[in-house]
Amino acid sequence: MMFLLADQNKTFWFPEQASTFAPEVDWFFLAVTYISLAFFVLIVGFMVYFMYAYRERPGYKGSPEALHNNALEIGWTVVPTIIAVWIFYRGTIGFLDMMTIPSDTRDVQVVAKKWAWSFGYPNGVVDNELHLVVNEPAKMIMRSDDVLHSLFVPAFRAKCDVVPGRYATMWFEPTKTGTYDLFCSEYCGDQHSKMAAKVVVHTKEEYDAWFAKAQIPPSDPVEYGKLLYAKTMGCASCHSVDGSKIVGPSFKGTWGGEVALASGGTVPFDENYVRESVLNPQAKSRSGYEKASLMPSYQGRLKEEQISALIAYMKSLKSE
Amino acid sequence: MSAVVTKPLVTPVEPAKEPGNFLTHTSGFLSWALTLDHKRIGLMYLVGVMASFLLGGVLALIVRAHLFYADGAFLTLKQYNQIFTLHGAVMVFLFIIPSVPAALGNFLLPIMLGAKDVAFPRLNLSSFYLWVGGAIFFLVAMLTTGLDTGWTFYTPYSLETTGPVVLATLGVFILGFSSIFTGLNFIVTINTMRPPGMTWFRMPLLLWAIYSTSIIQVLATPVLGITMLLLIAERFLGIGIFDPKLNGDPVTYQHFFWFYSHPAVYIMILPAMGIISELMSVHSHKGIFGYRMIAYSSVAIALFGFLVWGHHMFTSGMANVTTIVFSALTFTVSIPSAIKVFNWLFTMYKGTVSLTTPMLYALAFMFLFTIGGLTGLPLGALSIDRHFHDTYFVVAHFHYVMMGGTLVAFLGGIFHWWPKMVGKMYNELGGQISAGIVFVGFNLTFLPQFVLGTRGMPRRYATYVPEFEFLHQLSTYGAFLLGIGLFVALGVLIDSLIRGKKAPTNPWGGATLEWVCSSPPPHDNFSKPPVVGDPYDFRGLEYDAREGGYVRRK
Repeated sequence: MMFLLADQNKTFWFPEQASTFAPEVDWFFLAVTYISLAFFVLIVGFMVYFMYAYRERPGYKGSPEALHNNALEIGWTVVPTIIAVWIFYRGTIGFLDMMTIPSDTRDVQVVAKKWAWSFGYPNGVVDNELHLVVNEPAKMIMRSDDVLHSLFVPAFRAKCDVVPGRYATMWFEPTKTGTYDLFCSEYCGDQHSKMAAKVVVHTKEEYDAWFAKAQIPPSDPVEYGKLLYAKTMGCASCHSVDGSKIVGPSFKGTWGGEVALASGGTVPFDENYVRESVLNPQAKSRSGYEKASLMPSYQGRLKEEQISALIAYMKSLKSE
Repeated sequence: MSAVVTKPLVTPVEPAKEPGNFLTHTSGFLSWALTLDHKRIGLMYLVGVMASFLLGGVLALIVRAHLFYADGAFLTLKQYNQIFTLHGAVMVFLFIIPSVPAALGNFLLPIMLGAKDVAFPRLNLSSFYLWVGGAIFFLVAMLTTGLDTGWTFYTPYSLETTGPVVLATLGVFILGFSSIFTGLNFIVTINTMRPPGMTWFRMPLLLWAIYSTSIIQVLATPVLGITMLLLIAERFLGIGIFDPKLNGDPVTYQHFFWFYSHPAVYIMILPAMGIISELMSVHSHKGIFGYRMIAYSSVAIALFGFLVWGHHMFTSGMANVTTIVFSALTFTVSIPSAIKVFNWLFTMYKGTVSLTTPMLYALAFMFLFTIGGLTGLPLGALSIDRHFHDTYFVVAHFHYVMMGGTLVAFLGGIFHWWPKMVGKMYNELGGQISAGIVFVGFNLTFLPQFVLGTRGMPRRYATYVPEFEFLHQLSTYGAFLLGIGLFVALGVLIDSLIRGKKAPTNPWGGATLEWVCSSPPPHDNFSKPPVVGDPYDFRGLEYDAREGGYVRRK
């Protein structure tokens, strides 16, 4: 079934206006565009008229004296300058609004890594979707585990780079419930184009219901492992479960076998190998993946029972 | 006594043979490979940059073909990343930067000055070989192991990728020296070798543009060299300047990189503006409107161009004050560009406009560059840029400036000076058709990309969400049409070499000194120093049907 996104194009230029920033950006862009269009029509109009009126033809001779006109030249310097100053001023006012974070925000801890987003909520709830409440300002406290990324929600007209080695913060206030696209807009390597997520804007009641459910992990370790793989930890962006190679090796069919190492020799693919590979991925890297992008360590991000759940999930893939 | 000495004892007899030109002056491979003649070096550069352009263009078509479908047509994600990197790097470093100054500039600058050669002919040849060496280094590195950092080499990705970052940056480093040497050579030549009577304000505007460009090349390119060396040091030695794992800061790299690469944008566009000044005036058979304003605005652009690099980093997390200051400075650079457009426009006013191939390219430039310039306004406005940064709006904007601007002006310049360079006329109708196809194809390629950008399509994506598919397909059709137009242009030029009529000395009625030399010019350009007049005085230049070109009547 085709899943219809709420942010399919609403006007010729822009997607739906789903945050408080959107009306300002859209209005201002259209104003600048109409001013530009006026200049463009003027310039091209004169150009076409001159091409016709002064075209080379028998019996016509141009007069070469019109080489200078002070009034005209001062005019076409001063008028664009005034307009440029106005655009600068309006843009700066709008920018300062975007940069001034209100005090009563709902905070989300955002972690960007190659090539998945994770969003942290109170009580240790982590999800790969950004859940927000309509008409409540939200602040993103963002960090990157590896390279530059950039969080971009077109429907919110909001974007901010996530620079490793420091926290980046941004805020927005959604004004419409629905599901919107979230993109990584700073080039980050192989799967950059796939580093997308969904923003879900709830009503307060829906959000509470989602949050209550999200706090209780599934009791079945296989189900829990699957949830960690597909949603919470973003393993799925590099490891498949159908045997295909995305960036790293697939989870399917490896359990219980022997793994050829890049350094030569083999080791059994068992509980301890998985545990070590998650916490210290470069310790025993596999042969055939020397040129793959390095996997970040999950030390401190995965609890012991989560590692066990992932192991249970991998075991379950063997029997399929 | 001296009068006796200077008078030759025997009057030399004029040789009866056809007067030679620089192409036939000597022959053999070495006579080209070791030539110190600026005209031959210019032609060799021309062949080199055109070959680079062909490579970059084919890569662009591969990118566009792949993006025909939302899930990508035929490349893996990694291959796509390598190909867009190669496209950007080849176009920027091997094509656009050397295109106008090194190819056309080398050929024209000394002739326009009435000089025999540039100030340092050996340095000129060495800069050509640095370009060749750098290009080979760069291409071998990229084609054998696949660079995937984008042409910007942003850290920390460029520090950890397995691609050949060190080799490629060394290639850029070598190419940088080629660019510095060329700039230095041109500055000295213009300062010291102008003929008597050619004051600064009697210089052709192309020379003002090249002079401004050369200043940027000499001042900014060393910073690129430093940046590339620091990147190599960071990768090999871990000096901890750019790598966050070693307490470095990736944003510092961006400052270093754009401190060169933004002025480099003006290295790319200023010489193109110089070409347009010549083309608009010669083909309107009328002096340039507001000469001084155009000359000053070239210098203003060169200076302001150094102060606006921060607008590439509006979303990188700079302090608010820094961001606002860079936005303000960015708007200052828009004014001199606007002034130039209005001056070119009014050059046509009351002129005698011939719609020749070079003029059609110049008019296409006016249309496309105006769009490119005006779409810079929303990008400079900070609130709008939060939405547009790193989207297709930016991609469309800089292609309108770099390709619709520089490339179209470069093509116009080639058609304008081709008869002078090779001594053959091309098929005028063929040239006009190529200009028409390039114009339509270009707009079809890049207009839809503005809308993709406002709708939120991020750049450097190998696959995308399905609602963007239709606009991407329009853009791909446009790109192939554009490709056809460029091949028609190439065909017309090659055809002229085989079947073209012999070119007259002054086919368009230009008043600058290159139109006093025969076509192609003799080895020494001028047998006696030419008389220097106003470069935009078209009075007395009249078409002579017997000559097939213009002659000056007293």
